[in-house]
Amino acid sequence: MTFLHLKDIEFSFPGKKLFEELDLSVWKGQITVIMGPSGCGKSSLLSMIGGRLVPSAGSIEFDGELVKPADKKKLYCQRRKMGMLFQSSALLTDLSVFENVAFPVREHTDLPEDIIRLIVLIKLEMVGLRGAANLMPSELSGGMARRVALARAIALDPDLVMYDEPFTGLDPISMGVIVKLIRELNDALNLTSIVVTHDIVEGCSIADYIYIVGNRNLIGHGTVEQLTDSNDPLVKQFMAGLPDGPVAYHYPASPFENELSRS
Amino acid sequence: MKTKLSELFVGVFLLAGVVSVAFLAMNVGNLDSESSGESYRVSASFDNIGGLNAKSPVTLAGVRIGRVTSIQVDRDRFNAVVNMTISSAYNNLPLDTSASILTSGLLGSQYIGLDPGGDIEVLQEGSVIDITQSAIVLENLISKFLFSQAEK
Amino acid sequence: MNWTGFIFVASIGRWAIELTHGLGRAGLFLGEVFLQFDVLFRRPRLLIQQLYSVGVLTVLIIILSGFFVGMVLGLQGYNTLVGFGAESSLGLAVAKLLTRELGPVLTALLFTGRAGSALTAEIGLMKATEQIAALEMMAVNPVRRIIASRFFAAVLSVPLLTAMFCVVGVFGGHLVGVEMLGVDNGVFWSSMQQGVDLYDDIFGGLIKSLVFGFFIGWIALNQGYFCQPNSAGISRATTATVVTSSLAVFSLNYCLTALMFSA
Repeated sequence: MTFLHLKDIEFSFPGKKLFEELDLSVWKGQITVIMGPSGCGKSSLLSMIGGRLVPSAGSIEFDGELVKPADKKKLYCQRRKMGMLFQSSALLTDLSVFENVAFPVREHTDLPEDIIRLIVLIKLEMVGLRGAANLMPSELSGGMARRVALARAIALDPDLVMYDEPFTGLDPISMGVIVKLIRELNDALNLTSIVVTHDIVEGCSIADYIYIVGNRNLIGHGTVEQLTDSNDPLVKQFMAGLPDGPVAYHYPASPFENELSRS
Repeated sequence: MKTKLSELFVGVFLLAGVVSVAFLAMNVGNLDSESSGESYRVSASFDNIGGLNAKSPVTLAGVRIGRVTSIQVDRDRFNAVVNMTISSAYNNLPLDTSASILTSGLLGSQYIGLDPGGDIEVLQEGSVIDITQSAIVLENLISKFLFSQAEK
Repeated sequence: MNWTGFIFVASIGRWAIELTHGLGRAGLFLGEVFLQFDVLFRRPRLLIQQLYSVGVLTVLIIILSGFFVGMVLGLQGYNTLVGFGAESSLGLAVAKLLTRELGPVLTALLFTGRAGSALTAEIGLMKATEQIAALEMMAVNPVRRIIASRFFAAVLSVPLLTAMFCVVGVFGGHLVGVEMLGVDNGVFWSSMQQGVDLYDDIFGGLIKSLVFGFFIGWIALNQGYFCQPNSAGISRATTATVVTSSLAVFSLNYCLTALMFSA
């Protein structure tokens, strides 16, 4: 069942067109991995799903309803069904780990203190950091901070969790922990997950379905097997991580001889 | 505990701010003479008001009992009409009280000094003080002095 | 027209467009802050926290500066007035200068340096570390949760700090004028009370400081909220806050003085 559908998306930053007629679907209960080279606009895609950026054309359908940033009230309702893990973890630096996870619960519910405490401790236990509840964000390592942020993202039991580059800048152990957590949480909490990454190995290890983004559109999509068996040169280059190929090693430039003779 | 302490500081901060405003109003400003409420208005005509202006004090025996509210020019008689308010606590000033424009110090600001007469009737709302003495203008004084020297 | 001339005119045009755009954005931002006015009553604790970091932490520098400014006014005022034999007016001179001009303006400048720049840096850093984006994705309006309380704390703090500055300054002038230089204590206070007007001088000065607090809060938060989310952008925004706020304070001070005291 399609849970999220992006249709004919067109988006550009000043001076750079990122997407043209992009079509992308996410199925309920699956982990969908969006891969692509750095700077191709993968993170912008997540921002559009969250309604923080507005595509210049096309529509986004989330759980049967359009995401319309102009309708603030409805958008905020929809965001409560989404959780997002940011690359920089984005913990509120003046609050403790416990308060960070409690933050969305406090903001959106009037639950009594003991129930909030219970919810927070359950979420922290899920990511294995119940013992760190009283630490401040500045006392956490990068991997721990990301796990706390993950606990915060699932604090309100969302339907969709989006991960923006969850594997970047982590040591192998923390990376393994995050990979395990994404899979486990997705299955245990009956979530739908979108993971944006450029790490092919980790991406492939958890993906139910993969989209490769580039050249303002999709380069390819399919399950891990379909993509590794693909004959498309672009897909091949990306999956194998080759330095040169259809995506050129050199940034576009005039021939080097010309440049040398000019000086 | 930490939040409690900061809340205490905020409370102290707000209180200190309010106390400061109150201190400015009471001790630095002139809240008491301003807010003593009841007053009545009288007016007086002067040939020359010198440096008198609105809000200048009105005094009796050197004690401030009111202030000038406005100054206009009488278009027919070509002199200045000074309106002033006097605190109702001093509602027993005789009708023939005289008003003169005086200077505090040699170059200080100017004010109105009242000099009570002996009438039985008293000044009240809207009364006009008939006997007035204009401000002393230094230039006039000097020219008078020079003329008197020349005549000798 | 030659090519450099063309570029020059175009750059003026672009500057004007950017300026208009920035002003419009700042205006909308201010409007949104005011729409969240009710958060003050719903969640007074947020305001109290900000009053602490914006107001309480600024008190010390205000009191010290006010005392020294008052002392120098006492000294210079005495030296000037004694030449006319008018040292009896020292109290009046000190108090009038403080309440009308020096109190509001110097407090506003100190506040800009101490609290305004801190506000910009704080908000800018929250933006750079994706905390503001995280708030949005948690369906929490960042303007409501973090901007509004800071703005109103600034508007409230500056007049209170100004009043403290004036009081301490009067005592500084008293210390030098009366205790050291021998002006009569009674004359010092009575000349002050006779000459300083409650409405014109004291309330006028406090109204000025209210306006200053309004603009400093607005400028600082606007700069932080819309800064480039990187270290260069934050440092630029912080500088812009101090420069713009100071200029705004000086120019507004003239306008307000002309409006209030000229009639």
